[in-house]
Amino acid sequence: MTPRATGSKQRQSAVVEATVANGCYVLSGDLLIETIDRLDHDLRGARLIDISQVAQLDTAGAWFILDLERRIADADKGRLIRGATDTQRQLLDTVRASMPTEAEITEHRPTITDRIEAIGRATANAGRVALELTSFLGEVIAVMGRLIVQPRRFRMTSLVYHMQQVGWNAIPIVALMAFLIGVVLAFQGATQLRQFGAEVFVVDLIAISVLRELGILLTAIIVAGRSGSAFTAAIGSMKMREEIDAMRTLGLNPMEILVVPRILALVLMLPVLGLIADVSGLIGGAIMSWIELGVSPAVFQSRLVSNTDVWHFGVGMIKAPFFALIIGIIGCYEGMKVGGDAESLGRLTSTSVVLAIFMVIVVDAIFSIFFSLVGV
Amino acid sequence: MNDTATDPIIKVRGLVKSFGTHIVHDGLDLDVRRGEIIGIVGGSGTGKSVLLQQIVGLLKPDAGQIEVFGENVRDSSPEEYRDLRRRWGVMFQDGALFSSLTVRQNVEAPMREQLDLPDDLRKTLAGIKVRMVGLTDVAQTKFPSELSGGMRKRAGFARAIALDPEIVFLDEPTAGLDPIGAAAFDTLIGQLQATLGLTVFLVTHDLDSLHAICDRIAVLAEKKVLAVGTMAEMLEVDHPWVQEYFHGPRARAALATKGER
Repeated sequence: MTPRATGSKQRQSAVVEATVANGCYVLSGDLLIETIDRLDHDLRGARLIDISQVAQLDTAGAWFILDLERRIADADKGRLIRGATDTQRQLLDTVRASMPTEAEITEHRPTITDRIEAIGRATANAGRVALELTSFLGEVIAVMGRLIVQPRRFRMTSLVYHMQQVGWNAIPIVALMAFLIGVVLAFQGATQLRQFGAEVFVVDLIAISVLRELGILLTAIIVAGRSGSAFTAAIGSMKMREEIDAMRTLGLNPMEILVVPRILALVLMLPVLGLIADVSGLIGGAIMSWIELGVSPAVFQSRLVSNTDVWHFGVGMIKAPFFALIIGIIGCYEGMKVGGDAESLGRLTSTSVVLAIFMVIVVDAIFSIFFSLVGV
Repeated sequence: MNDTATDPIIKVRGLVKSFGTHIVHDGLDLDVRRGEIIGIVGGSGTGKSVLLQQIVGLLKPDAGQIEVFGENVRDSSPEEYRDLRRRWGVMFQDGALFSSLTVRQNVEAPMREQLDLPDDLRKTLAGIKVRMVGLTDVAQTKFPSELSGGMRKRAGFARAIALDPEIVFLDEPTAGLDPIGAAAFDTLIGQLQATLGLTVFLVTHDLDSLHAICDRIAVLAEKKVLAVGTMAEMLEVDHPWVQEYFHGPRARAALATKGER
């Protein structure tokens, strides 16, 4: 066996030399991965390679010798290398069998057509996702319908558990967020309205924007980030560990057990969270109006009751279940799409959040148009 | 440097390791000789992988000496440890490939870290290593998630031998492979061991691997190395677990196939 190199310091300082004599390329010293870079591949007319003076040889060294051999080209191979020990010969044979072919794999550079193709694929993909989401929604509704007919199959424990997860546990963050939004609106509104001496209209500003739009929209965004991602991660990791497949083989329907309780919990709890957000937003606004503008809570309350149409609140609440459905459907759908590797779990979780927030805002815009058309 | 053939390349003395109140190793001794394939067997939870992780320095032993190439792994300075790492390769269960890199980039990773090579040379050498473990050129540019379990293990092996190490640590290389794939992997280990002059530290449960390629077998039980020796010697050991392991129905089947070859 070839004496092996010791530490990397010794390897670094290993000596290798190449000389050409009588048409013979003589290598001596240690032909290692650290040293071959010091040699050039110029044969200087040599027709033979002599490695009898090579002490250590590793795979990289063997590659170097074989690369030289290839450059000699024409003559019959195998006889070009002289002085190899048995072990070296064996290593050379193994590496020869693994040498790169002439048609080296070249890295594919994207061309214009590739880019256009990528756009086309992305578009088709977006269309497919929309289609699949719709069919997923249809499946969820179908399963819900079946559950109404056979209520005994419904998982009450699971529903209550998820209502706690997505609803109860989210109250502090939602309330705090809405409170701060109320504060900001009052503060910004006050500075502008004071210029016109119309400070008291800050109540209308806060009431309409919080009740109609911001309260429910921001709650939906927080819930999408908080619960939508949790849905994808939980269902996705079950998919990854083949739990979903196991359920199917046992005759259990994952839609019934995993998806429906989650979505239903969201649909029930998002309006509640929206209501909490509305209330704490108004409280935040009221406190700030009092401090900044001297609008007392009593004035704030009376103006709120007399001047704000109850439909502003109604519009916000009508949107809540729709937002909940969007977040739940997307969260569960993306979870079901997770494949075998951990990477897809991470990717789809973030996709789920981004897509859910995007869709919530799109639907909010559609609702705005709809409500202005019907004149509410 | 102790480079004579008689000196063990890995020397473990009086190793103690516990996790909380659970003692895994208590006074474990083991010698691995240069150029041999040693198979480490033992029931689940006897600390085969823990032993491997301690030898390569991923876990700190509570007490005891571990010497690799005559150097103490535990007391080595960062430079010495870096130097040691350069001289061994580790293949984890299921390959443990970096999922964001292609197979060839995975093999290039240790070269990039340890050596300063031109890009072309590094790519060529990595390509050779990938082909040496029996993967096709197509597999080179694939990501680990696109490979089958057997291919991932091969790629992990290619990364372990990227720098022509002196010792390779293999953690259950044939687990989860079909018999044909496992046999092919055994052959591959044996071939490359002979060609590259490797010392192989093989943690395995595969009786066929033990028969086919291991020079010696070490049995871990009762918190230490219970017995070390060749397959024939193992069959003589008088200990219930060893008896059951090497005389059980699956062991007899493996022995029988060995006889037919």
